[in-house]
Amino acid sequence: MKLDSLIPAPLRKPAKPGEGNGAKGAAPADLKTAPPERQSDAAKLGDKAKEAPADVLAWVDQRTAASGFLTGMLFRKVPKGTNWFYTLGSATLFAFIAQAVTGVFLAMFYTPSTTQAYASISHINNEVFLGAFVHGMHKWGSSVMVILIFLHMGRTFFFGAYKYPRELNWVIGVVLLILTMTMAFTGYLLPFDQRSFWASVVGININGTGPVVGPYLSDFLRAGPELGATTLSRFYAIHMLLLPGAIIALIGAHMYLVVKLGTTAPPWVRAQKPRNATPTSALDAGVDGNGGGPR
Amino acid sequence: MTRRRAFTVASQALGGVAGAAIVLPAVGFAVAPIFHRGKERWEAVGPVGDFVEDTYRQVVFTETEGIGDAGKTTAYVRKGSKSLGEDPKQMVAVSNRCAHLGCPVRFVEAAGNFICPCHGGVYDFVGKVIGGPPVRPLDQFQARIRNGQVELGPRYSVTSQLEPVRARDPGEFTGGIWEYLYPPRPSTFPPPSG
Repeated sequence: MKLDSLIPAPLRKPAKPGEGNGAKGAAPADLKTAPPERQSDAAKLGDKAKEAPADVLAWVDQRTAASGFLTGMLFRKVPKGTNWFYTLGSATLFAFIAQAVTGVFLAMFYTPSTTQAYASISHINNEVFLGAFVHGMHKWGSSVMVILIFLHMGRTFFFGAYKYPRELNWVIGVVLLILTMTMAFTGYLLPFDQRSFWASVVGININGTGPVVGPYLSDFLRAGPELGATTLSRFYAIHMLLLPGAIIALIGAHMYLVVKLGTTAPPWVRAQKPRNATPTSALDAGVDGNGGGPR
Repeated sequence: MTRRRAFTVASQALGGVAGAAIVLPAVGFAVAPIFHRGKERWEAVGPVGDFVEDTYRQVVFTETEGIGDAGKTTAYVRKGSKSLGEDPKQMVAVSNRCAHLGCPVRFVEAAGNFICPCHGGVYDFVGKVIGGPPVRPLDQFQARIRNGQVELGPRYSVTSQLEPVRARDPGEFTGGIWEYLYPPRPSTFPPPSG
């Protein structure tokens, strides 16, 4: 394959047992009957140019030894029956990345001040080039992310993918759900129009109805007895500094466990004996027809 | 204890102290507003002659300074009514903040009731709940008369019998055991005596 020549040997997809003739290719049968063709200088230069991306990757790989990790992560085995429902987690991740990217550009124009916040949002919507589009992606994208995270959670629940040994990943996922909801709550105040103001008033007061600690929690969220200037800057800091950092860290842990443990087969796929009795690597040990679950 | 162990403990303790030196002030910074009470604020909202005893007049005044319109709040003000057993020299100032979740209620003259647009809370003429989800009567503001002007001061909440207590957030019950389940916040002012 032409594409294979651009990928360094350790990163190439390993051939299936009994197929192909190995990643390195077979040696020529006889040099006398099939002498190597002489190449022109231009052709040699062309070959070198073709090798350049592979050389760069090899240079990086020699210094990071990343290819083993990448091969394990990108070419990991998935169980039979894997279907479109398994893409909901990636979809949620994509929604988060879209939120992060659009959020960075919105932050370039937004002013977290009670007297200027609304004006800066209407400036984004009405005057900045594509501002309404980017703001719209961020606004509607937040709903998309909340919907996707719930669908992903539902898939995990109904496929039984939260069971041993994946309980910890379920717990991390629930924390991510809470953080996403907090993200949606704190972001709602930022345009500082009537809707966001009163929605935040109501939301904070719902927090306050918790017995004993509720009233203090309300004062903490508002930074005082009334919703005011410090509330807005507090919500802004939580929305764009505290929560994204926490979410990125937890997504890292979440995906580490997904790669480490593998995905589950759908419940309607029968467990079967693995074709290879001995796992070829520690990573393979967790990924077989049974999804690594108890037999 | 070995030398190695002593150094391990010492370096970890030092790291802990360094971590605490950063984290504790930051947490204190975020939590401090809970324990801070602002300056008591009184604002004139009009001459006494503007107000009568059988209906409310709507006034808007500043509750939180320095944040423009967002810091303003609305009160419904009237004179004390003899027929309701109140002191006619006192002013009554009812907050428009719904005791359910804080939406702005409106006094509907024809019905003589306060009605909330969000979830259908209804209060009678003195602010007691007569329908919907609110958990206690409407809050009130301390009111006084200075140089012929009505002045409004700090907010306070009331029990179901209209006895003043310290200001609570909407959604929190008042009176009885609720005074302990929803403790008064240090950021609020003491209620008027009597």
